[in-house]
Amino acid sequence: MRAFDPIILTLILLVPLAGAVLVALLPDRDKLPNWIALGATLVTFLLTLHLPAHFVAGQSGFQFEVKLPWIESPAIFYHVGIDGLSLWLVVLVGLLAPIGVVASWNAIQTRRKVFYSLFLVQQTAMVGVFVSLDLMLYYGFWELSLVPMAILIAMYGRKEGSKAALKFFLFTFIPSAPLLVAILWLYARTHTFNFSELQYQAASGVLPAGALFWVALAFLFAFAVKVPVFPLHGWLADTYNEAPVALAMVVAGKLGLYSMLRFHVGLFPAQARAMAPILIVLAVIGVLYGACLALVQRDFWRLMAFAALSHLSLIVLAIYGLTLTGWSGAVYQILSHGVVDGALFLLLGALELRYATSAIASYGGLAAKLPQAATCFVIATLAMIGLPMLSGFIGEFVILSSTFTAVSRSAAIAAALGVILGAVYMLSLVQRLFYGPESALTHSNPHGDLHDGELAVLTPLVVLMLVMGIAPSLWLNTIQTGVHPPPPIKSTVILSGGRRATAAEGPAFVLSGAQPQTSRAPSLRLLSAARVGDHESQPTTTPEAQR
Amino acid sequence: MNPVPGIYRILPEAILTLTGVAIMLVDASLPPNLSRRYLGFLAAIGTTIALWASVGQLAFPQGTGFFGTVETSAFTVFFHVLICGIVLVALLLSLDTLPEHSHHQGEYYALIVFGAVGMCLLTSAVELLVVFIALEISSISTYILAGYRKQTGRGPEAAIKYFLLGSFATAFLLYGIALIFGATGTTEIYQIAQLAPIAQNQPLVLAAMALMLVGILFKVSAAPFHVWTPDVYEGAPTPVAALLSTAPKAAAFALLLRVVYEIFPHLRSLWAPLLWVVAVLSMTVGNLAALRQQNVKRMLAYSAIAHAGYLLAAFAGIGSIGIAAAAFYTAAYAAMNVGVFAVITLIAGYDEQLSLIDDFRGLIYRSPILGSLLIFFLISLIGIPFTGGFFGKFYSFSAAVDGGAIALAIIGLLNSGLAAAYYLRLALVAAERPSAEQAAPPKPHVGPAVIAAISLAVLTTLVLGIVPGAVLHAAQSAAHTLQVPPQPSEAPGAPLQSPQ
Repeated sequence: MRAFDPIILTLILLVPLAGAVLVALLPDRDKLPNWIALGATLVTFLLTLHLPAHFVAGQSGFQFEVKLPWIESPAIFYHVGIDGLSLWLVVLVGLLAPIGVVASWNAIQTRRKVFYSLFLVQQTAMVGVFVSLDLMLYYGFWELSLVPMAILIAMYGRKEGSKAALKFFLFTFIPSAPLLVAILWLYARTHTFNFSELQYQAASGVLPAGALFWVALAFLFAFAVKVPVFPLHGWLADTYNEAPVALAMVVAGKLGLYSMLRFHVGLFPAQARAMAPILIVLAVIGVLYGACLALVQRDFWRLMAFAALSHLSLIVLAIYGLTLTGWSGAVYQILSHGVVDGALFLLLGALELRYATSAIASYGGLAAKLPQAATCFVIATLAMIGLPMLSGFIGEFVILSSTFTAVSRSAAIAAALGVILGAVYMLSLVQRLFYGPESALTHSNPHGDLHDGELAVLTPLVVLMLVMGIAPSLWLNTIQTGVHPPPPIKSTVILSGGRRATAAEGPAFVLSGAQPQTSRAPSLRLLSAARVGDHESQPTTTPEAQR
Repeated sequence: MNPVPGIYRILPEAILTLTGVAIMLVDASLPPNLSRRYLGFLAAIGTTIALWASVGQLAFPQGTGFFGTVETSAFTVFFHVLICGIVLVALLLSLDTLPEHSHHQGEYYALIVFGAVGMCLLTSAVELLVVFIALEISSISTYILAGYRKQTGRGPEAAIKYFLLGSFATAFLLYGIALIFGATGTTEIYQIAQLAPIAQNQPLVLAAMALMLVGILFKVSAAPFHVWTPDVYEGAPTPVAALLSTAPKAAAFALLLRVVYEIFPHLRSLWAPLLWVVAVLSMTVGNLAALRQQNVKRMLAYSAIAHAGYLLAAFAGIGSIGIAAAAFYTAAYAAMNVGVFAVITLIAGYDEQLSLIDDFRGLIYRSPILGSLLIFFLISLIGIPFTGGFFGKFYSFSAAVDGGAIALAIIGLLNSGLAAAYYLRLALVAAERPSAEQAAPPKPHVGPAVIAAISLAVLTTLVLGIVPGAVLHAAQSAAHTLQVPPQPSEAPGAPLQSPQ
């Protein structure tokens, strides 16, 4: 199986693309496009499982790396690889793809060829963002991921599809203009798009600090819109409201958050440190603001949108707390959020398909009619609000505790308040949808419970929520390999170079070189909660973590 | 002394001229009721041979012919191939979309071919009077073509507007030529380049440069010389608009490159800020105006103005980087723009029953392939990666960043966000569900010639977006040959493909 290693990432990128071409070429007969898409996504998912199976946990640096020249001048490489940071995100995309196909199985009845081919292109673009190590290649996939999304929202929007699509596209496309200029400026100065080399050059102090600040800001701006971070979330609600279920699952969060970790905090540690206080404040506002707005929504898609804003802001808080623990928690929370949100979207999509409305007030008393759906929904809700033993707990707990101990107590308390509000709106959503008296709508439309296809994808998701809640170390070990980054050789170069304090204190890995590189972190307890850049590590033991 | 006979230096132009004359002769000798459609095939074949001949010119050493009036170099070959390619696509497109019974089909094809002669000559001329003659040949053909649909009101309006404003601009250029002749005593570009910096009367040189720039910027429809563009594109038949928006512009950009980088490189501190302003104006004016358009062709006309602006951003690049970026952008722009016009010709039909953006609603449901192609070209025009439009913008703005014009690059990329709004509006309208009350328009007639034309455009756009290496290399050789003028002694030089 090791023979696959050099081409595995390329295969993961190409299989959905091949599926898209196949869907586009074959006729739209019966459910043929659906089956091809399902096949392609399942194959992709199996291929992504190869990655954790052969990932060497203790090894820092990138694995499964491929670097081929693509364009001579400027020197753009087809350079892909993964580390602990991106490993599980790739698997998550692989997992959510077949689920998206199943969620669209009955919901998409017209122009299935267009839908499934674009959906598969979207998969390639997303995986591409996670595995690209060449900045230009990364930018390519980043932009490419917008197109299928925008077209599909326009085609299958509920009411005002093309308006929402335009909003989504412009909101995310315009900030990528400064991003591209920043990338070009970096290239003009360093003559490379290679991530590791740029990381090294940015840390070494060769580049003028003033300009680097603007470059980092341009990167941050593009990512912050994509996440979205508080004042830039204008597109989110409309997009959730209009997007087909399969796409709403993937639209928010992952790409932007990963990019923040890899290309903002990872590439410009000193600049990220300077901007961190602002982002912490924005993230806390986002947590509370999203939660408050979610409380008063009448439409469950909009409620999910603001809930997402709240949850994603919590992850942003973790990223810009700049603690290693916080970063592990952030990645874990991205995974958990992906799984939980996927399940919730699938269920809400199933409800909308059955009752043709997303107004919460029209529902009520569904638990008696759809017991399986109700059970799954309740479990997913509990996972989302962070009940112990379920996936959401681990991430939220790690994030809040690391924020509390190493960043800011008030921020942690405010964010915890947001989490509590999260429990309020999610549980009241459950109550209004599934319990209480049966509404006229649910009474007059007798619909069956979840069908086999839906159950077949929900069950693994529910199991996954449990496993992620009980045995987080399965994931955290590899995540930490990615978060404690690069080879110590480079950090010694920097230290011995005798740079100014700003250059030396900034990069996260300067310190990590001095830390003992454990091949696997034994448990959550031993995670250091030290603020990166502090010259001491303060191991903290927390009673809750021992549970 | 010249080892290459002069005729080989103008081989593509000669072939195109012979083709045009042959078309006119055959047209005149055919009985009046016979279909002239096959003359289009004759034109297409002639253009293909000319294209092949220009590639063949790469085998000669770089040098001039006909007493130093025309040149062959990697630069001229690059633009010849580009122009012949565009003309070929436009011809193939016309073959299937011109109505069978339309008048003067013979002249139509002949004029396209004669226009191509002028444009090709414009890129290879190194003597300012020949430049002027070439510009006139191409302009006069296109003036007539713009008014080809004379039964509608808009056709003649377009032609007259284009003619009046175009003549005015040509006059500016001619005036500039006269002044530079007064300042240096010669009209040969290489001699001017040597004499202009040491000319006695520098104000005269400056005035000459300004006048020439005005004339050329008019031809590339850069703001503030752009007002003719929307009316002309709207009034001209769509295949002609496809041609007008690409080929003459490519030729004019080649001339602009020659003028600023070859004649006046020493005045860079003057023309670079000037072109900076024109670039920003063109992008902004073009995009803002395009946002408000309801008519698809007018929208594309304003977008063409904006693209001229993006292309001018490349002129902020120093030396061969800027030239290569501009040449590459011209190619990428030509491929996608000719493609989008081709698709629109098919959708809207020759008589343009569908001219408004709202008429395109539900296109992807009615004819999925045409709808997808339209969206594909629009995506390329937006500049999404893995299409030619992206690398065009990429090289253009990286040349600007490299030349220190970071503000220009930021303005340009923000503008491309603005542009995304209207391109996407069309794409998304095409992707929407058709409304119930909308009458189904007739199915377009899609013949093999059109399929060939569109496939050529799609392939080029994709190749430029995914493996741009070869074209980029050609653009760099072109840039290099423009930077390094041939030796005056015309000794057999190095092969045209320069090392870089």
